[in-house]
Amino acid sequence: MGLKTIDRAVRDEAKDIVREIGAEQEKVIPLLQEIQKRHSYLPEDLVEAVAQEIDVPVSDIYGVATFYSQFRFTPMGKHLIKVCKGTACHVQGADLLASALQEELGLDGEGTTDDMNFTLETVACLGCCSLAPVVMIDGKVYGKLTSAKVKKLIKGYSDGKN
Amino acid sequence: MEKTKVFVGLGSCGIAAGAQDVFNYLDEKIDTQVSELEVTSCVGMCYAEPVVEIERGGKRVRYGYVDKKFADEIIQSLEDGVFPDKNIITETDAGKAYLDRQVKIVLKNCGIINPESIDEYLKAGGYEAIKKAMHDYTPAEIIEIVKQSGLRGRGGAGFLTGQKWSFLAGAKGDKKFLVCNADEGDPGAFMDRSVLEGDPHKVIEGMLVASYATGAGEGVVYCRAEYPLAIKRLNKAIKDAEDRHFLGDNILGTDFSFHLHVKEGAGAFVCGEETALMASIEGKRGFPRLRPPFPAESGIQHSPTNINNVETYANISYIILNGADAYNKYSFKKSYGTKVFALAGKIKRGGLIEVPMGLTIGEIVEEIGGGTDSGRPVKAVQMGGPAGGCIPARMFDTPIDYDSINATGAIMGSGGLVVMDDKTCMVDVARYFLAFTQKESCGKCTFCRIGTKRMLEILTRITEGKGVPEDLDRLEELAHHVQKTSLCGLGQLAPNPVLTTLKYFREEYEAHIYDKKCPAGVCKPLITIRIISDNCTGCTACARVCPVHAISGEVKKPHTIDPDVCTRCGLCIETCNFNAIEVV
Ligand SMILES: Cc1cc2nc3c(=O)[nH]c(=O)nc-3n(C[C@H](O)[C@H](O)[C@H](O)COP(=O)(O)O)c2cc1C
Ligand code: FES
Repeated sequence: MGLKTIDRAVRDEAKDIVREIGAEQEKVIPLLQEIQKRHSYLPEDLVEAVAQEIDVPVSDIYGVATFYSQFRFTPMGKHLIKVCKGTACHVQGADLLASALQEELGLDGEGTTDDMNFTLETVACLGCCSLAPVVMIDGKVYGKLTSAKVKKLIKGYSDGKN
Repeated sequence: MEKTKVFVGLGSCGIAAGAQDVFNYLDEKIDTQVSELEVTSCVGMCYAEPVVEIERGGKRVRYGYVDKKFADEIIQSLEDGVFPDKNIITETDAGKAYLDRQVKIVLKNCGIINPESIDEYLKAGGYEAIKKAMHDYTPAEIIEIVKQSGLRGRGGAGFLTGQKWSFLAGAKGDKKFLVCNADEGDPGAFMDRSVLEGDPHKVIEGMLVASYATGAGEGVVYCRAEYPLAIKRLNKAIKDAEDRHFLGDNILGTDFSFHLHVKEGAGAFVCGEETALMASIEGKRGFPRLRPPFPAESGIQHSPTNINNVETYANISYIILNGADAYNKYSFKKSYGTKVFALAGKIKRGGLIEVPMGLTIGEIVEEIGGGTDSGRPVKAVQMGGPAGGCIPARMFDTPIDYDSINATGAIMGSGGLVVMDDKTCMVDVARYFLAFTQKESCGKCTFCRIGTKRMLEILTRITEGKGVPEDLDRLEELAHHVQKTSLCGLGQLAPNPVLTTLKYFREEYEAHIYDKKCPAGVCKPLITIRIISDNCTGCTACARVCPVHAISGEVKKPHTIDPDVCTRCGLCIETCNFNAIEVV
């Protein structure tokens, strides 16, 4: 791994992140969260540069990163859609909603559309269970959805109306 | 002249229901000469959101279902100096049924005060408990009071809080930690979110009292990342409390100090388990470990640590201010005080409720919740999330107390209460939970890792109509092995949803296996979707939405569905306005 050349700019960014968050072992998760906050996923070079910066084997960092479902290893689309698959949403038809979304986006399960417009993820509960079924798009929660409503919502995002 | 106050409930749920839009609209239109707009959080009546309250001359009236149109009426009434007389949600039969049985200790300020204002918390009697604790009692006396109150941990296991604190107080070491568990991993539960969003200072104050009682100088709130608003409000509350010297060094001018910060979770259910949570705080993978040593002996950085749930801490200030007796007057058998529940699923009035111990499940579901939203019969409630179980309607006289709930095979859990009607398939529910725990298993214990996978395979096969008679015995056997050989609660309790549904709804499993039928009409491979010719008007709406073009027919004539093409997605049922499509 040490042989790989990492861009100067990436190294600088790694330094910057470590300066901001800290270099102790207990900061590994906040460091990863900061990387993801900046890039919407964990770019390999940057993770490696941060690992070197804090002097922790990069394998250890990936050990942590892959354990937690929050972390993404591929770039995210322009809009992030999280479909709730919590219990309340499940009994109120979350599966139907998820298939409607997949159909609308042309995805087979979770993932990102080819045009990089949307990333579809599932989440275990958004804490808005009384509005089930629920979907979160770019941090905004929409409740009491039906397949028809969710399709319309997505169209709104594609057209830049929402 | 005193201004009229207008409060808008801006909890995550309210915002999702449109409360932010209502707030912005009012903000734009309201005449600030006569009225002022205030932010509050969720008052618990989620079914009626967005909720707005108007306060004038000592009278406060609560309105629900507020949209732009009604907001206009509110604006007009403010100008006229009157209260609107429609959409009042507290004085109606429904509102009374929802509210009258509740006792609010933990949720007292939620939806009433502005959670982002420390002054409002102070005005509501905030930080009096820590003053009283430091002034009137020794740390040992505080622990005794908490013991006497009978408070048991609200995070699931129900361990006596006072006793846990005494372990930490007695532990050796100059550095001790306090943790507030706000991971709230149970899908279908939102108690802790609402408390943190609605009254963050109350949680901080509970931790302060715990810190004073146990000698812990440092605290962490471990909050799940899916709760951005809770994290934001908590961080603001911590900063405000520091500025007023309730947190930090030299608290209230004494040499007592307590430092508190927030740590964001990263999405792993197992991290709600206390030893995994501590590993996660230390920046490691969230693997649980064997206990002992218990956290009070060796926790974060090997220092003595105490972990309590959000709601547990939120009970403390009431206990200190009112005494143990005032708290445990709400009691049933060996459970004391109140419990907060997140009422959701197929329920008419869903939301956040706080009830005294001893109320029955039926009283919660039928009286407070008003039965199902569909008007169909209630079949069961699911309590305790993936670690809990399904309690059938015929056992709804079971009282809310730790022991009675445990006796059913479910657990009190952290307070998720999901209602199910006769259109919920219990085999599907069991499969759903097992899919969850199987995915969230950290993989450390073999049976939890592989046993749950095999159980999931069996359940999936049953829901696909490929189950065989031996499957039920196999499921039970595997369930017992997973229970016995798992290190942490995740595996030990994972079989509960399967075992309780097998116990109470065995006939549904049998219908799937022997008759190849899903009585609730949920499991796709076992159902057929059919058009009822008599009801069909031939409006063509269903044919237009069907993604696989399985529906055909002439305009204004009854349509038909080709069962070989139909994927049973259910879109047509959702679309039909004439009740003309059924599942058989
Ligand atoms: C798999 C698993 C998940 C858990 N998740 C949570 C949780 O989200 N919140 C919580 O407070 N306790 C959770 N617990 C319970 C904690 O381990 C611990 O018992 C609790 O936080 C102690 O606080 P209390 O005594 O105030 O209840 C979980 C336990 C297990 C085994
Ligand atoms: S179950 Fe979907 S928001 Fe809670």
